Amino acid sequence: MFESANIHHTMANQSKEVLYGLYDDEQVLLQAVHKAKADHLDIMDVYTPFPVHGLDEAMGLSESRLHQVGFIFGAIGALTAFLFMTWVFTRDWPIIFGGKPYWSIPAFIPITFELTVLFSAIGMVVAYYTVCGLAPGVTNPTLDDRITDDKFCLAFQTNGASQQEIDKLKSFLSASGAEEINAKII
Amino acid sequence: MSAAVSPIREPLIQGSKTYHQITEDICSPTERTPSMTWIIAFIVASAGLALYVFCLTWTIWVGIGSWNLNRTIGWGWDITNFVWWIGIGHAGTLISAILLLFRQRWRTGVNRAAEAMTIFAVICAGQFPLIHMGRLWLGFFIFPYPNTRGPLWVNFNSPLLWDVFAISTYFTVSLLFWYTGLVPDLATVRDRAKGLRRKIYNYMSFGWTGAAKHWQRFESLSLVLAGLSTPLVLSVHTIVSFDFATSVIPGWHTTIFPPYFVAGAIFSGFAMVQTLMVMTRKVLNLEQYVTLEHIESMNKVILLTGTIVGVAYLTELFVAWYSGYIYEQFAFYNRVMGPYWWSYVGMMSCNLLSPQIFWFKKIRRSVFWTFVMSIFVNIGMWFERFVIIGTTLARDYLPSSWSYYVPSWVEIGLFVGTLGLFFTLYLIFSRVAPVVAVAEVKQILKVAGDQYTGPNAHKAHHAKGAGVHH
Repeated sequence: MFESANIHHTMANQSKEVLYGLYDDEQVLLQAVHKAKADHLDIMDVYTPFPVHGLDEAMGLSESRLHQVGFIFGAIGALTAFLFMTWVFTRDWPIIFGGKPYWSIPAFIPITFELTVLFSAIGMVVAYYTVCGLAPGVTNPTLDDRITDDKFCLAFQTNGASQQEIDKLKSFLSASGAEEINAKII
Repeated sequence: MSAAVSPIREPLIQGSKTYHQITEDICSPTERTPSMTWIIAFIVASAGLALYVFCLTWTIWVGIGSWNLNRTIGWGWDITNFVWWIGIGHAGTLISAILLLFRQRWRTGVNRAAEAMTIFAVICAGQFPLIHMGRLWLGFFIFPYPNTRGPLWVNFNSPLLWDVFAISTYFTVSLLFWYTGLVPDLATVRDRAKGLRRKIYNYMSFGWTGAAKHWQRFESLSLVLAGLSTPLVLSVHTIVSFDFATSVIPGWHTTIFPPYFVAGAIFSGFAMVQTLMVMTRKVLNLEQYVTLEHIESMNKVILLTGTIVGVAYLTELFVAWYSGYIYEQFAFYNRVMGPYWWSYVGMMSCNLLSPQIFWFKKIRRSVFWTFVMSIFVNIGMWFERFVIIGTTLARDYLPSSWSYYVPSWVEIGLFVGTLGLFFTLYLIFSRVAPVVAVAEVKQILKVAGDQYTGPNAHKAHHAKGAGVHH
């Protein structure tokens, strides 16, 4: 596993004390999240091995705006392709191909389309990895190795929490069906 | 989970799997020492790759004259292979993108391997137009970069240039889509690993944690990429068909080409997916994840697209006759009765006639017949491209320039070599990454696992889903 002490040392300002429960079933987890929201508990994050439908709503996450990024980059791609070809064939180096007009719009459609898709896809993927903080070589601290296997994790941050508050969170986790409850500093 | 699963739906995951068993079954092949089957296959494939490198070097060293192309037959095996490989790639995108939009759950068993196949097939395809240029080291001339010759730009009105953009975009988008889907599964492999192996997989999995917000964005990204890939995949083979359709060669200059090429691409691609999956599921013991239900679904696609392609062949013949244009009529007479009649017979029998046996459910669900048919279709679709390219160019407008083209050993070596390249890449992939999408299979377990749906579903689970009766 990761050297949590080492991370603690280098990221002293950001180190988090985490109390988390591991659930065996996504439905139990989902109910726990609903209950935590109803009890006004401040969830740090939820980690799952696969996307659980309804989880983002239960946690009150706002809708992802990645598709807007995709649209903007797609529009940039379309304009880049179309305006560039227009400039080349009407301004920079006009050439007649097969007696067609210099500005032969239908012939520009395929490349305009391809670059729309290319820009949109690259823009979205880069935006996705950037906002998620994921990149080759990045090591994000994880709470448990089984989260990418079969455990569903509900985590609370407990920095500065009193023992009473921690006990309350623990009893919440066990009452909501967590199979294991652990604390960890990440 | 959703109880709205029709009781007649067959389960897509056999063996009453738990989430942990799914991880275990799919990830463990990457952790074991390779089996003897894999080692032998890898030796054969890399021998093919060595042949490819040799023939490529020979072509560059000696020049394109080492091929048997001539004045009229400017496109031979090279472009045939290009179209064949690019067509094969299309099934991967169809499975990963179009079937995602149609919410077809059976795609989860095969999408990862099919997308990998797409990428490797596009790599193989991309070789041929580049080598065909003759002077490979000037290959970058195809891109519109500011140069010292004016700048002299590429011809944006040419379908061959559209192809450059289509294929590069297709490759890039497929790669991004595939790898983004792979990241969570590589993290699963990472979290099972120790030491150096863990470091490598940590690097490859980008620090994935499985946080809820990341999954939400992941799903959003997958959906939009699928939406982008769907018109993209249709555009790619449409543009490939424009290479022919916008020319003034009888037999090429037809408006039927785009839909006919796209159908043919999906047809041949599914055949290659079957070839790969039938072997992969056996060698890696994944029969419970790539079930007969998956194979049958793909065989239905093969039957449908094969029949569409067949109808296109017959339509072409009819339209050639109906056009009253003697050059067009001759082009098609020549395809059927000319010197290359054998390739037309190969095409018709493999693509139109043989898939018709898939009308029988027993054959659709037979692994043996699926494998045999997948090879037939692969061969048939290669013949189709050769029929379009070779026979047409061998008999052009001027009888004085008619000839009979036979490939040289270098051209044959290049084709066999790309098969080696393709299988080498696929075999490496099957060793380092989970060949079935782990997270996606887990996601559909509760609607497609055999303990939840189908004839062997447990009664207890049925009791949960209101309104489900036996």
